[in-house]
Amino acid sequence: MKFLCVECDRQMVFEERRLPGDGTLAAAFRCPQCHRVIGLLTNPMETQLVASLGVKIGGRTIDAQPLETVRSMVATGKPDAFTDDGPRPTESAPTWSPEAQERLARVPSFVRGMVKRIYLDYARQHGIAEITPSVMDSARSELGLEGM
Amino acid sequence: MPLNIRTYHELTEPDRSGLPQQIAAQRHRVAERLVGVRRVVAVMSGKGGVGKSYVTAGLARALARSGRATGVLDADFNGPTIPALLQLPVARCTFRDDAIAPAVSADGVKCFSMALLLEDGRPLAFQGPEAEGHVWRGSLEAAVLREFLADVAWGTLDTLLVDLPPGIERFQELAELLPEPPAVLTVTISTPESRDAVRRAIRCAADRGAALLGVVENMSGEPFGGNAGEELAAEFHVPLLARIPWHPSPSVYDALAEGLQ
Repeated sequence: MKFLCVECDRQMVFEERRLPGDGTLAAAFRCPQCHRVIGLLTNPMETQLVASLGVKIGGRTIDAQPLETVRSMVATGKPDAFTDDGPRPTESAPTWSPEAQERLARVPSFVRGMVKRIYLDYARQHGIAEITPSVMDSARSELGLEGM
Repeated sequence: MPLNIRTYHELTEPDRSGLPQQIAAQRHRVAERLVGVRRVVAVMSGKGGVGKSYVTAGLARALARSGRATGVLDADFNGPTIPALLQLPVARCTFRDDAIAPAVSADGVKCFSMALLLEDGRPLAFQGPEAEGHVWRGSLEAAVLREFLADVAWGTLDTLLVDLPPGIERFQELAELLPEPPAVLTVTISTPESRDAVRRAIRCAADRGAALLGVVENMSGEPFGGNAGEELAAEFHVPLLARIPWHPSPSVYDALAEGLQ
């Protein structure tokens, strides 16, 4: 999928992706010459089709996690199917505020280990010592974590 | 006024989404994970109910008994039975080196299956819009297959058996994901009806360039009539590797394993 600014005959470049949480996706593309911006809006079925391919419009922002699609898409998984992903070696783990722990506890346990690791990696990469709901919101927004 | 614009392949500027590159990275991840696997063998049949999973499990145990490191990927996501057939212990999935550790049977067979992940008695269901589910469900199952290949720590194996569901779709997906099409072991029962359905599957595998290892006739003997195993073997110039009776002893699978050297 590519977008062409017909007037300038230039390929438009990806600017931003948003997952509003209703199963749809919004992505903005800008013409590098005239700077016109257009929006790509997909319905839930189209969004699901892209997600099922395991690709991200705008490119991946985090490395693929083990069984990423299975853990984020299977609706009938055993709550205790997985142990936690576990800490990455040689790095000290950021701490979790009580509010963040509470919020993490609401994530379905089938996918919780993966989500926890993503937030931990995000905090480490940004030099954040404590994960709070605000940090989780930032991570969701920047990383495009639908439903996490 | 005619549309006079450049088309997809004429746009060559850098593309941040890089969707083809993302797909290529997925394939690379599969190839890297399987670098220690000597061969991938798809156990397939165009027909349901011929006992592919029983044959797969029996063969896997026989291969392990003969000292060959063996794994089974249960690719029947909607009717997974391999963990029960291998009598795998019930345990949570653990992580090892950025991958999921496979379950291991008492015989030493490594295994991964949707049965290890699903709630008891629940069907495989995905999150997502209910409308037009058929459009994306097949694609999601292909993604599951890719992740079972790429994200399970298979390690060093002589043989990774892939137990396919009936039909040819999962074989096609497997062949697309692997660097080369998998070798194929075909299972049939003796009846002419099974022969005709299985023939299509073998033809599909052959057209795809897969190596045909041979045919196994399962549940051989009464009450089924026919001679499908021998006929298919002759037609495709492959060996009839085994005729497995209704109540096989382990030695039947040992002989089959020996024939798959």
